[in-house]
Amino acid sequence: MSELHHIGVAGAAAGLRARRFSSIELTEAFLKRIERSQEALNAFISVTRAQALSDAAAADRALAAGSGGALTGVPIAHKDLFCTQGVRTTCGSRMLENFVSPYDATVVAKLKHAGAVMLGKTNMDEFAMGSSNETSYFGPVRNPWDPRLVPGGSSGGSAAAVAARLVPGATATDTGGSIRQPAALCGITGLKPTYGRVSRYGMVAFASSLDQGGVLTVSAADAALMLREMAGFDPSDSTSVEREVPDYVALLGESVAGLRVGLLKEFFDRGLDAENGQRVHEALKVFESLGARLSEVSLPNLPLSVPVYYVVAPAECSSNLARFDGVRYGHRCEQPRDLQDLYRRSRGEGFGAEVKRRIMTGTYVLSAGYYDAYYLKAQRVRQLISADFARAFASVDVLIGPTTPTPAFAIGAKTSDPITMYLNDIYTIGANLAGLPAVSVPCGFVGKLPVGLQIVGPHFSEARLLSAAHAYQRATDWHTRVPEGYA
Amino acid sequence: MSLTREQIESIAALARLELSAAELPVYQESLSRILEFVGALERADTASVAPMAHPLPGLTQRLRPDTVTEQDHHAEYQQSAPQVAAGLYLVPKVIE
Repeated sequence: MSELHHIGVAGAAAGLRARRFSSIELTEAFLKRIERSQEALNAFISVTRAQALSDAAAADRALAAGSGGALTGVPIAHKDLFCTQGVRTTCGSRMLENFVSPYDATVVAKLKHAGAVMLGKTNMDEFAMGSSNETSYFGPVRNPWDPRLVPGGSSGGSAAAVAARLVPGATATDTGGSIRQPAALCGITGLKPTYGRVSRYGMVAFASSLDQGGVLTVSAADAALMLREMAGFDPSDSTSVEREVPDYVALLGESVAGLRVGLLKEFFDRGLDAENGQRVHEALKVFESLGARLSEVSLPNLPLSVPVYYVVAPAECSSNLARFDGVRYGHRCEQPRDLQDLYRRSRGEGFGAEVKRRIMTGTYVLSAGYYDAYYLKAQRVRQLISADFARAFASVDVLIGPTTPTPAFAIGAKTSDPITMYLNDIYTIGANLAGLPAVSVPCGFVGKLPVGLQIVGPHFSEARLLSAAHAYQRATDWHTRVPEGYA
Repeated sequence: MSLTREQIESIAALARLELSAAELPVYQESLSRILEFVGALERADTASVAPMAHPLPGLTQRLRPDTVTEQDHHAEYQQSAPQVAAGLYLVPKVIE
């Protein structure tokens, strides 16, 4: 049973149904790996051992009775910004250090309904604001490929946990790259669905026009299975889209022969590390050998995506985070003098430095006299970027480029200058601004560090992205590589 | 675009954030840098472009039938509150 941790989401589901192992065995095996690696990686904020084992026992009973859903007995972890009834949801913040949600997020409820067993809540950048997992109140997560390096962010805990095979799959969220960037830096598969595809209900809000829940897994096939169970219309989320969920698993086999692939010219810029870029070009050759047709595509307004994002996201964050007032839930300061003092000190103490920076940036760009110059201007440029994508998708099926400019960087290397940190997301933000789905898959190494390949598609093209990623993963084995010490 | 210390204090007041004396210059520097960085947007020609209101084109807010869908959860919800009494949230005195 020593190889159980390599099984993946789909493999676990199939093995459980075939009764090759029990959910208790599987859950115990992963819990042990989580507990053994916690000190080294800090990937989890909460581990729910007792609940997990009791859920696993229930799953085994269901499997014995021949009932159960698509994921019955499969261990998973949730990013700690999905509300979980009865289990604290911290969002990586002191503000919510002791917050226990009275309800489950829709994603949590749906995965529970499919039979998945939650092992715990993963570490993350505070309120999902960061690209390195260094802004977490619960300390940084370390990259399993090299503990001196960051795992990426903001879903760094979920990414490190899947990369180190502490869990077969984990939920995550992506506002500007927070699924794809850590997937790239940790050498795993990460899918950000179309805006509105996965319910945001019970997902602590950061920037509501950009936030989207998704998955981090070893393979595209695993991502397809998890997404199929998570996605779908939810009346509790006003931007959830009423549209049928395709069977992403059944559609995985679609060939890439004849697929029109656009090379995103703007992604191969001066900021791209040469070797990182080389791995992406090698991956493109694989797609070509599988019958894809390559052409270069230019999105002239795309280089403005980071400035647009750093107006729109902070603006929405300053508005969303206004709910943390020290009155209804969350941190409250000691001995407030009056109501203003209560608000100001509770928020000043409860939020970390990066969250405060973004709240203030957002407050400024929305304030009287600056709203037109910053916020409206950014939303106009966002329209231009979105139109660039729409034009590109008139002539190609998918766009391919690197996920990040460089592989993982050292902990502490980019914390002194926010702009340097923000530029990590230069290739991922565009998809969020335009609401597009995108996937990152491992495509090789620079030295000992994994590199990510990003595939972006039109709205609701998840099946196409996953089948393209799956075809690539059948032709290569980068996604099966495991960091030393976690094999 | 350089912000003054007074501007930072005023933004922090609007955002209801207490900042320490040590934090002020840090945010003064980084917010100025961020505003300078996003200033690149000025160069884009957007004269005939409408601001984007929704990430999915053509989508509008959905309406639902005007029927009761929520039940009373206040007792559960107040379990997360820092201070409550008799079903009410307690705050410092607002009116003298």
